[in-house]
Amino acid sequence: MRRAILIGIPFIWLLALFLIPFVIVFKISLSDLALSIPPYTPQLDLSQGWAGIRDFFSQLDFENYIFLTTDDLYWRAYLSSLKIAAVATFLTLLVGYPIAYGMARAEESWRPMLLMLVILPFWTSFLIRVYSWMGILSSEGYLNQVLLALGIISDPLTILNTNAAVYIGIVYTYLPFMILPIYATLEKMDISLLEAAEDLGCSRFSAFWLVTIPLSLPGIVAGCFLVFIPTIGEFVIPSLLGGSQTLMIGKVLWEEFFSNRDWPVASAVAVILLLILVIPIVLFQRNEQKQREAGK
Amino acid sequence: MSPQEVFAPWDDPNARPLIQFKGVTKRFGDFTAIDNVTLDIYAREFFALLGPSGCGKTTLMRMLAGFETPSEGTILLDGTDQAPIPPNQRATNMMFQSYALFPHLTVRDNIAFGLKREGKPKDEIHARVEEMLRLVQLQQFAARKPHQISGGQRQRVALARALAKAPKLLLLDEPLGALDKKLREETQFELMDIQEKTGTTFVIVTHDQEEAMTVASRVAVMDHGQLKQVATPPQIYENPNTVYVADFIGEVTIFQGTAKKADGYYEFTWAEGQPPLKCRSPLELSNGQSCFVAVRPEKVEISHVKPEDDNVLPGKIIDIGYLGNLSTYHVELGNGQIIRAQNFNTDRSTRQVFTWDDQVWVNWTVGCAVLLEQ
Ligand SMILES: Nc1ncnc2c1ncn2[C@@H]1O[C@H](COP(=O)(O)OP(=O)(O)OP(=O)(O)O)[C@@H](O)[C@H]1O
Ligand SMILES: [Mg+2]
Repeated sequence: MRRAILIGIPFIWLLALFLIPFVIVFKISLSDLALSIPPYTPQLDLSQGWAGIRDFFSQLDFENYIFLTTDDLYWRAYLSSLKIAAVATFLTLLVGYPIAYGMARAEESWRPMLLMLVILPFWTSFLIRVYSWMGILSSEGYLNQVLLALGIISDPLTILNTNAAVYIGIVYTYLPFMILPIYATLEKMDISLLEAAEDLGCSRFSAFWLVTIPLSLPGIVAGCFLVFIPTIGEFVIPSLLGGSQTLMIGKVLWEEFFSNRDWPVASAVAVILLLILVIPIVLFQRNEQKQREAGK
Repeated sequence: MSPQEVFAPWDDPNARPLIQFKGVTKRFGDFTAIDNVTLDIYAREFFALLGPSGCGKTTLMRMLAGFETPSEGTILLDGTDQAPIPPNQRATNMMFQSYALFPHLTVRDNIAFGLKREGKPKDEIHARVEEMLRLVQLQQFAARKPHQISGGQRQRVALARALAKAPKLLLLDEPLGALDKKLREETQFELMDIQEKTGTTFVIVTHDQEEAMTVASRVAVMDHGQLKQVATPPQIYENPNTVYVADFIGEVTIFQGTAKKADGYYEFTWAEGQPPLKCRSPLELSNGQSCFVAVRPEKVEISHVKPEDDNVLPGKIIDIGYLGNLSTYHVELGNGQIIRAQNFNTDRSTRQVFTWDDQVWVNWTVGCAVLLEQ
């Protein structure tokens, strides 16, 4: 009984907040656009009994999915999102690993403070922080002013409204998600392993490659997924920092819903996005599972 | 070296030591872990470090391996100062007290790790690893990861990994502590065998005196970062230089008193109303100097009738420890001091000759006790 409750609560949670909304979205994606409220048909009319239900199901079809394949905007947006997410994840790893490493090797008394600093940005709204990057990156922004003043450049750089700004925004925003899992694996690593590696003939550098990197791999994988998964559907960063050529599926989704008010097509886009995300999420879960087993 | 010739380079003034500690001190902050240690260890030695927990054994090893630098003094290996040489270029391998096995590698890859760094050909590495696996009896476990094997098996992997490279100097920090008695003895003889075959020099830390006595060519007894005595196992056992060493190695009864020079021996007064003890010693003691006498239990005889001997004391048995092959008797002397005596149980048919509360005599011959200044 206790067990049933323990399993039941998250189960109901998932059912209410994930499965039911998903079924609704999926249903809309099979509907047709209509100029009414809600902006799609058919609607389930239970007052007509069985006939109503049959009628309802007979009107559902995969038209919107077929439409997605006919317009190459959609698959280009999916591909471009995947590419941007992959590159951004890699960049975040490049920035995050040294930070995590430095934190894990810092004096023990310093570590709680350093952890605090990593989490500190979450205290202000994400939106405000992305807005402030507009102020930094624009052609009259702080970055250009400093570079001009130092004489490093003679003409202001165009960074805002390019993909570069999107990458900066993503790396900045998702950095803590990369640092924390890597830090966790590095921090619990036994330093005597490095001594053993050196004792057996490794240089400092090869000991890092052969021992530190493999041992922090679960953290690296976890961090990469934690950045990659939300970045694919990212909407705020590309729409605030990106330019017209920045193509991401999150932006397309937004436009379908709110500019075109084509809920059925927008829902189809969302369902496909979810299917794409299932793969990395499952892989992520596998990684976590493996880590838990190894930790036992 | 002919078999008659004893291996004792430490007695040869011309022998060149492999390792030399010269006035080595190691401080952590204001804590002195190693206190002005001067020590020579010779090639092909099996050198054992003994001492209570925290006395600095591991620290001494880590300085040899290159993980700690001495605060003062120098360490020479083969006559060259080791200070500028990083751990990965030292001709030493260390077996860590914590094993430090790589958790992401299999047993086989752990053992092969050092060999691969040398860039040896694959089949040579493979052959060597198989040899090591056989040695530590872990062939069936070669494909497992360290977290999938038992503590004793892990210890054996660590040992095999350190042995694999056949280094000039092997540092073993409590290599056999987690093994059961039988496997421990087997491995001890295996180590001695390896040492014989390869001529490797071993420095080994152990908590087990019997182990130190079995395997070591010489034993160093440490306390609070200092070397109390460095000598062969028989010397350490029969001629300890301090009460500390006598007490640390094996069982012993210590008498405290004063010495008076007599004809060829010292007369040792230790308690009022008790007969003085006779003791021979090379020490030069002044009359009335306070000192100690140490007697090992197996040197003390016990009997119901007063024997004719130099050191005879009456007492009462207050405790008997039966150890199978022998029994230890705790005998309370007239002044309350307790002395330990040991008897072999050679005849299993006779009933216990001595029992609790028996009035007995203990005695030992003049040469059997050791006089100690401190
Ligand atoms: N890195 C360090 N910082 C501060 N103190 C240390 C450090 N390493 C060792 N010590 C101290 O030096 C002393 C000697 O330590 P060491 O590890 O050499 O002891 P040990 O003889 O090997 O003991 P055990 O038999 O328990 O392994 C201990 O008191 C220990 O607390
Ligand atoms: Mg130790």
